[in-house]
Amino acid sequence: MTAWLYREWPWYVAGPLIGLFVPALLLVGNKVFGISGNLSHLCAAIAPGKLDFFRYDWRKAGLWNLVFLAGVLIGGFLAFHGGPPQTIAISAETRAALARLGIHDFSGVAPHELFTWHALLTLRGFVLVVIGGFLVGFGTAYAAGCTSGHAISGLANFELPSLIAVIGFFAGGLAATYFILPYVLGGL
Amino acid sequence: MTTTITSEYDGCGAGSSEQPVPRPAFLAVYMLLGIAFGFVLSRSEVISWFRIQEMFRLHSFRMYGIIGSAVVTAAISVALIKRLGIRSIGGERISIPAKELGSGIRYAAGGTIFGLGWALTGACPGPLVALIGNGVSVMIASLISALFGTWVYGWMRPKFPH
Repeated sequence: MTAWLYREWPWYVAGPLIGLFVPALLLVGNKVFGISGNLSHLCAAIAPGKLDFFRYDWRKAGLWNLVFLAGVLIGGFLAFHGGPPQTIAISAETRAALARLGIHDFSGVAPHELFTWHALLTLRGFVLVVIGGFLVGFGTAYAAGCTSGHAISGLANFELPSLIAVIGFFAGGLAATYFILPYVLGGL
Repeated sequence: MTTTITSEYDGCGAGSSEQPVPRPAFLAVYMLLGIAFGFVLSRSEVISWFRIQEMFRLHSFRMYGIIGSAVVTAAISVALIKRLGIRSIGGERISIPAKELGSGIRYAAGGTIFGLGWALTGACPGPLVALIGNGVSVMIASLISALFGTWVYGWMRPKFPH
């Protein structure tokens, strides 16, 4: 009965579904869709220190969003355990390019050769998981938004700051893909 | 500016800081929406490092189709809400606070730094959390590192151009 939920979703189904979270959150409580604010809210909740940036009422500003984020964790769990394992049918070109960088296991959502606790102890695993995570947290805080807040909410509201941020997202992503990844994956 | 006790926080959802803490019934709705979002992110494969690589290598239209149609859907929805003056369930007038452009440097520099991390981890913040739900438990380390990155920004913020 639910088998249709677990087929590969075409882009024109997945995209509009993601876009609908913007009006849904506005209509429920006048909330602006954006995930990365939660990183600030968690800092404000756990370790604000004496930093002005984190001295605000995170319950008022972000409890709704932290609850939404907890839901994202549960939703990921349900998607994983509710259906057959996902194999990501990437294009042959991408497969070949990644194989040249030494990736051979294409099962699962993320390469097992890079994204396991064991791989974390290698330099390449550490760079991807820990350095990458740091850049995500630092960059989204500096840019005041991520893919959801800028690329979706911001562009949908025709905001110039968001357009600049999104151009930055792709500039950074292309630079990492072509100039950093080959060294990190190849030489180590 | 340094003596103020009001927040300097101006990230996602900053405009909501004057709103009260939502009632439990509303929090339950946010939880359900989050579950739906986590499910959609997972099954649409946007949480996949492989898909992100395919996107940055320009080998497939798929991710561009997803992001593009998400923006179009959201833009039409927002335009309709504004045009029709629709209020939220709680009766509030719906408004999206405009982001301040300033010099624009924070968006260009911060955006680029995030982009580097997006390609390395293969995950933006939503997928980072959804991946943990999908059993990629090492992303817990990535999430902790992201929190540290945000904290370091908060700490060094006065040193950076905005």
